[in-house]
Amino acid sequence: MPDYGRLLRAGEGEAMFLLGNEAVARGLLEAGVGFAATYPGTPSSEVGEVLNEIAEEAGMYFEFSVNEKVALEGAAAASFSGVRSFAFMKHVGLNVASDAFISLGYTGVRAGLVVMSADDPSMYSSQNEQDNRHYAELAWAPLVEPSNPQEAKDFLVWAFDLSERRGTPVLFRTTTRVSHMRGIVRAGPRRPSSSRGSFARDPWRFSLLPAVARRLKGELMRRYGDLRMEAESSPLNRVLGSGSEVGAITSGAAYNSLMDALQLLGLEMDVLKLGMSNPFPEGLVAGFLEGHRTVFVVEELDPFLEVRTRALAQMRGLGVRIVGKMDGHFPLGYEYTPDVVAEAVASALGMRPPSPGLVELGEELPPRPPVMCPGCPHRATYYAVALALRQLKMRSVVFANDIGCYGMGFYKPFEMGDVTLCMGSSIGTANGFSQVTDQPVIAFIGDSTFFHAGLPALVNAVHNNRRMLVVVMDNGTTAMTGFEPPPNAQYGAGGRRLSPISIEEVARAIGAKYVRVVDPYDLRGTLSAIKEALGSDGVSVIVARRECALLRDAELRRRGERIPVYEVDQDKCAGCLNCVQDFSCPSFRVVEGGLVEIDPSLCDGCGVCAQRLVCPPAAIGESREGRERWGPGRRVGARARST
Amino acid sequence: MGSGAPGRSPSQINIVITGVGGQGNVTAGIVMGEAARLAGLNVVMSEIHGLAQRGGVVSVDLRIGDVHGPIIPRGHVDLVLGFEALESLRALDRAGPGATVIMSTERIMPLSVNVGEARYPDIEALKSRAASQGVRIYEIDAPAIALAAGSRLSSNMVMVGAAHGAGFLPVRMEHIVEALKLHFRGSLLEINARAVEMGSEEMRRRVGGPRGRP
Repeated sequence: MPDYGRLLRAGEGEAMFLLGNEAVARGLLEAGVGFAATYPGTPSSEVGEVLNEIAEEAGMYFEFSVNEKVALEGAAAASFSGVRSFAFMKHVGLNVASDAFISLGYTGVRAGLVVMSADDPSMYSSQNEQDNRHYAELAWAPLVEPSNPQEAKDFLVWAFDLSERRGTPVLFRTTTRVSHMRGIVRAGPRRPSSSRGSFARDPWRFSLLPAVARRLKGELMRRYGDLRMEAESSPLNRVLGSGSEVGAITSGAAYNSLMDALQLLGLEMDVLKLGMSNPFPEGLVAGFLEGHRTVFVVEELDPFLEVRTRALAQMRGLGVRIVGKMDGHFPLGYEYTPDVVAEAVASALGMRPPSPGLVELGEELPPRPPVMCPGCPHRATYYAVALALRQLKMRSVVFANDIGCYGMGFYKPFEMGDVTLCMGSSIGTANGFSQVTDQPVIAFIGDSTFFHAGLPALVNAVHNNRRMLVVVMDNGTTAMTGFEPPPNAQYGAGGRRLSPISIEEVARAIGAKYVRVVDPYDLRGTLSAIKEALGSDGVSVIVARRECALLRDAELRRRGERIPVYEVDQDKCAGCLNCVQDFSCPSFRVVEGGLVEIDPSLCDGCGVCAQRLVCPPAAIGESREGRERWGPGRRVGARARST
Repeated sequence: MGSGAPGRSPSQINIVITGVGGQGNVTAGIVMGEAARLAGLNVVMSEIHGLAQRGGVVSVDLRIGDVHGPIIPRGHVDLVLGFEALESLRALDRAGPGATVIMSTERIMPLSVNVGEARYPDIEALKSRAASQGVRIYEIDAPAIALAAGSRLSSNMVMVGAAHGAGFLPVRMEHIVEALKLHFRGSLLEINARAVEMGSEEMRRRVGGPRGRP
C-alpha cells in the first residue's frame, strides 16, 4: 500500500478512487509526457511519490531537481527538443521558478509544457497563501484550474494539447483541497510517450537577448489574442443550471464549496464554472452577466476573477449587481469551506445563514502540535547547541531557521526559530543579522534546503567576511515531504544511482574557515565541535549527519532486525526531569512520584537520552527486550525509501 | 441512507476519520471509499495531515452520496470514527447532537501531557457530557480485536468494520473485501479482511441486530 502500479495498468474506462495528485500522475501518462521534474513541496509532493515508482516503466524521465527553477529549466529544454514535459511544485516553489517561467512566455514552447502550482489556502503546510493565478497573468500564459481529481486528470491532458497547439506554456493550478481530495476517476486512453528528442537550433526564438525579446513580445501579444479565443470556446468553461435571476462565477475548489453551500441553503442558481480562467473569457462572462440580475464571484484567496468581472461590467455598461470580496461579502483570506460560502451568500441575499447546533464539551482539549519523531537526529543537534550556548554563557543569539522538519526547533523546549522566511533564508538572513548586529548568529538548514537555496547565501557570507555558525541538519533525505532524495544522496528517483555531492567539500571549497562533520547521536563530540565553531571567526559550518530515524526504521524492518528499546532504572532516576524538560523525546512519560518512564512502543532506540549529558545519574539503559516494532504494511515505513 | 436527523440531507453520509499520524486512518478512508465506489456510490474524501511525519493529528473527511466537495459542513458529521480517544472527542466540535462516535480505546499522549504541561482530559467525563447532548458513543477495543484477527496493526481495519457494522458504510462485505484486494496481498489481506469482519460483528452486536444504523 499504496500500489501505484495500478495507475500504469488501468485500462480505458477503468474507475479508481484517486487522490488529486495521483490523478495528475495518471494524466501525465495519458498525455504522453516524456520528461517530468520537481522539487518536492506539499501539497504537490504525491505526484513525485507516484512518478518515483512508475516513471521508468512508463517510459518517462523523472527527477527530483535541486530546486524548482532548475526543474522548470530542464522541462523547458525538453519541450524545445520535442519532448512533452511537466514541472510541478508547491505555490512558493513557483516564486523560485518564476524567472524562467515568465520568460518562457516569450520563447514559447515546442512540445507541450505544463507547469503545475499547488497552492495552499489556509496554509496547512506553507509559509504563506499566495494566489499563484497571478503568475499566469504575469507570464501571459493560459491558466487551468481543476476542481476535483477527475478534472485534475482530464484538464491536464487538455492543457498539454492546448500548450502544443498554441506553442505556449500552461499554468495548471491546484490547491490543497484538490491535490489532497480523493474521488472517483475514470481512466482515459494512454498516449505513447518518448523521453528522447532532438533540438533544432533557432537562436532568434530561444535566446532572449533584448533584440530578440522585443520582437517576441509582439508575437506573445498576438498569441494571447488566440488564447482569448481558446478561453471563449474551451470545454473547461461551462454554464450549469437552467435559468435563475441569481448566478455565480467560480473556479477550482471554491466550486465544490459553492455547490455544497447551495445545498445547505436550499438554493439553486446558475453557475459559470471556469476551468480555463486566463485569458479571461470576456464574451462568455459578459453573456452570463447579461442574463442575471445578481452574480456572485466565488473564488479563494485574491479577487482574481472578480476584478476582471467588475472591469468587464464597467466596460460593457452592465447594471448587474456583482457580489464578491471587494464589496465585503466574501473573506479575502483562508480557504472557502461550504460554511464560509453559505454565510456569505446568505448575508448578501438577506437570508439567515445556516446555524447548526454544535456539541459543546465545555473544556479546552490539550493540543497536539507537530513534534520531531522519537530518534530524530535533529533533536540531539538542537540539544547540543542549547548545551553549548549555556556552557559558553552566550546570550542574545539570533536563530535563523529554515524550511523542513528541523523547523520544529521553533517549538519548546529549544525555541531556536527566530526567523524563517522561505527556502534558504536561514543563511540569507544570517548574512544581514551578522552585518548589522553584534549578536551571535546561528543558521539551521537541512541538507536538501542547503542545496536548494542555501548555497548562494553561503557564498555571499564567505565572500563578505561574515561571522556566523551554519548548522547543516543532514539526515540524508527530504523527510517532511515524503523522503525524496536530495543531491547528497546516492540514489535518485526510481532508484537510479547518482553522484552524491559532499556538503563539507562544498563548504570548504567556498572557503568556510571552520568545517566539521559530527554525528548528533554523539552528544559530547557534537557539543565540543559547536563550542569550537562558536569561538571561531568567519563562517563556520557544522554538518550534523545522521540518517532520518524513519528511514533507519524502514531499513531495519527490511533486514528483519529489531529496534532496540531503552528503559529507565527507577531506582537510579533522580526525578531531575532534565530529559523531559530539556530533551523532550515524545517517548518520555512522567509517572507517579515525579520519576520518568520510556514508552517502549514509541522509543526508537537512538540511545541519545542514555548519555550523561541528558541523564546525569545514568539511569537510562538499553532494555534487553527490544521489539518487533514494524509489522508489514506500516504506512510511514512503506513510504520511506533508502536514499 | 443518511441519518434522518432534521436539517440533514437524507442522501449523504459524512464521516470524520481521525487519529494520530501512523495509526492508518488515511488507509482506512481509502478502503472505505473504494468499497463505496465498488458499491456504485459517489464518494469523495479529504486528507489533512500536519507538518510532522509522526505524532500529529491526521484527519480525514469521507463523504458518500449526493455531495460535491470533500469538506463536511459544520454540524453535518454523521459519524466520528476515532482511532484515538482524545482526537475522537476533539472532532465533535464540528458535529451536531445527532452524531455518532465510534472510538477506539487507544490513548496516545500528546507531548504536552507527557512532559506534565497539560493534562490528558477525563475521557469518561467528556463522553457523558457529549452523550447528554444526544451524541451516541461506542467505545471498542480495536487493538485487542485486531490482535485476535492476527495483527495489532490491523486496528484501522477493525474500525472500518465497525463503521460498516453500525450501518454507516452502506455496502456489502464483499465490496470491502474487493477494496482490500486492491491494496493488500497474501497474509496481510487475510488478516485485514478478518479484522474488518470482526469489527463489523462487534458493532452489529453493540447496536443490536437489525435496527442496525443508529
